[in-house]
Amino acid sequence: MAPPRRHRVVAALAAALLSTAALAACGSPGSDPGSAKATGTQDAVDAALQAGGTITYWTWTPSAKAQVEAFEKEYPKVKVNLVNAGTGNDQYTKLQNAVKAGSGGPDVAQIEYQALPQFALTGALADLNQYGFGAFQKDYTASTWSSVNVGNGLYGLPQDSGPMALFYNKADFDKYGIAVPKTWDEYVDAAKKLHAADPTKFITSDTGDAGFTTSMIWQAGGHPFGTDGRNVKINLNDPGAQKWTKVWDQLVQGKLLSTVKGWSDDWYRALGDGTIATLVTGAWMPGVFKSSVTAGSGKWAVAPMPTYDGQPVSAENGGSAQSVLKQSQHPELAAAFVRWLNHGNGVKPFIASGGFPSTTADLNSPSFLDAADPYFGGQKVNQVLTAASGAVAKGWSYLPYQLYANSIYVDTVGKSYLNGTAIGDGLKAWQSALVDYGNQQGFTASAG
Amino acid sequence: MSSVLRPRRSRTLTAVMALYLLYSLIPLVWLLISATKTQPDLLSTPGLSFGGTFALFDNIGSTFTYNNGIFLRWLGNTLLYVVVGAGGATVLATAAGYGLAKYRFRGRQAVFAVVLGAIAVPGTALAVPTFLLFSRLGLIDTPLAVILPSLISPFGLYLIWVYATDAIPDEMMEAARIDGAGELRIFLAVTLRQLAPGIVTVALFAVVATWNNYFLPLIMLSDPNWYPLTVGLNQWSSQAVGAAAQPIYHLVITGSLLTIVPLVIAFLFLQRFWQSGLTAGSVKQ
Repeated sequence: MAPPRRHRVVAALAAALLSTAALAACGSPGSDPGSAKATGTQDAVDAALQAGGTITYWTWTPSAKAQVEAFEKEYPKVKVNLVNAGTGNDQYTKLQNAVKAGSGGPDVAQIEYQALPQFALTGALADLNQYGFGAFQKDYTASTWSSVNVGNGLYGLPQDSGPMALFYNKADFDKYGIAVPKTWDEYVDAAKKLHAADPTKFITSDTGDAGFTTSMIWQAGGHPFGTDGRNVKINLNDPGAQKWTKVWDQLVQGKLLSTVKGWSDDWYRALGDGTIATLVTGAWMPGVFKSSVTAGSGKWAVAPMPTYDGQPVSAENGGSAQSVLKQSQHPELAAAFVRWLNHGNGVKPFIASGGFPSTTADLNSPSFLDAADPYFGGQKVNQVLTAASGAVAKGWSYLPYQLYANSIYVDTVGKSYLNGTAIGDGLKAWQSALVDYGNQQGFTASAG
Repeated sequence: MSSVLRPRRSRTLTAVMALYLLYSLIPLVWLLISATKTQPDLLSTPGLSFGGTFALFDNIGSTFTYNNGIFLRWLGNTLLYVVVGAGGATVLATAAGYGLAKYRFRGRQAVFAVVLGAIAVPGTALAVPTFLLFSRLGLIDTPLAVILPSLISPFGLYLIWVYATDAIPDEMMEAARIDGAGELRIFLAVTLRQLAPGIVTVALFAVVATWNNYFLPLIMLSDPNWYPLTVGLNQWSSQAVGAAAQPIYHLVITGSLLTIVPLVIAFLFLQRFWQSGLTAGSVKQ
């Protein structure tokens, strides 16, 4: 689940500022898919690292402190000014403001994959191909690498990834004799059985979440968003979307979903006491479980995400990259830091703090795969999660104004959840609002 | 028999008042009780009952020490913004309101119209223009970006204006002039004292507005070292969301409690001035 959209006013402000930025970006090289692929070598980056200097890094990831300390120890000439400018949307608003203002932004910023196209296409981010980072392709999972490549540019290096899996409360499932669902049909059956056995318990909670919806459509094989230069195509009624709504409508209309809001204190409580029995979410979830759902220790287990035909397929949910801002005064040094963070010694402290990496070597290392996790009753959860990272459906892309899209999700699809009407109707309303907005922003947006 | 001094009691009104009292107090009680709980207790016990352990003092300690004591820094920032911002707003509103009420000059009506108009414009609508303006001036991410807009209080100016018109008789100022006092001396030595209840009212409004100011610092500041409490607490609260979530609900709640304490104290101390300020002018002399 991606963070719920909390500050509507802020989102609207970000959108207002974005609109000018989007127009300004028209014709800039970053938004032109026809521009020649800028490639270069890492020499300039190595030299900058030796020369030293000071850079500013915006992130909210808790592992950043240990990473920056390790980096400064390794390169004493470099000083990294670590700033937590807010989580998710809060930070994006500030980043967008700084981009619009032309200064005041950091050199390096954490950006979630769903927000990356927006910043890349408005010309906010530096293309890392110019430093020869394109050569790292083979070292990352296909899905995360595709997430940081927008048009012909490489706009960041992936840090964490969120291939989705089914986290389920094994204690609940064993108590009521429910089999772990392999297909979505079985998942719906499990939802009915559980709720019938104990009306206080629900298969999962979902009050309508844009990040979850897009990930579910992704897994179902949908490609609702297509961007080619300034042309945007939106089809939230494609076969993938229909497959998902057919399953999820049954849960919403059958009142089989808990209405506890994701990430609230109630939600954490429900994960601990078994009233929310499963979570279909990204592979970064074990870290959250272990630090913040201590009451659920020993009860939870991990299984592959249910599918439509029983064949393994997953999608990404959440996860971020680190990008270099175009307005940075020290782009080479910033790129060097990003390389160290996500393609160097920075990965280890990240994993040690409970993060789920994007680098295939780390995902497949025996020590990672064979770690038995006491929280999950000794299960080797990374085997399931690494397998999921290799099974992510291909060809997904987000909208170049995904943050705005997420902010209006509540007004459209959210209503379907609230009123118990077909989610497909809500998706249609969302689509038409997004087409209108895209055209207002200077894109050529169309349905279908 | 009911009289002016002993008004007749209305059961309905008393009941409504009691309900309203409950409505106002329950969130406060919830906050007080919740601040005594550990995070696991917070996530496992109902809101209005105490948890297994009484952790209020632990929570206060952790709030002040979490993340190298950033909360203390935020408290200091809020105080800075209140003292300079709200203090400055009060001084400016008093001087301007008094001047407009007591001196006749060209353009006075125009100023009056502008001030009234400014009251009607919500601050949110000015956020984007202010931001772009400040970014040109290079003031973004500095304390000035929060302080400068806080200095402007059209409502405070209007209040002092209205108050000064009624509370300061022109005859008194004329008497002072005949005694040879200059205009500044009249303001400082004679009228300022008359204006005190009005000034306290304006100061209270400005302090509360600056103390609770959220949106302006949210968009102006990126560096947590300059955050006021409101934005800082929100940052703590949003830590509970997303990949690598680190919920610290117990610290958010304790921090919120600590944040309202100074305001409550300010109100208790200043309420008598405030009351006299509110009723001033309601009786014809």
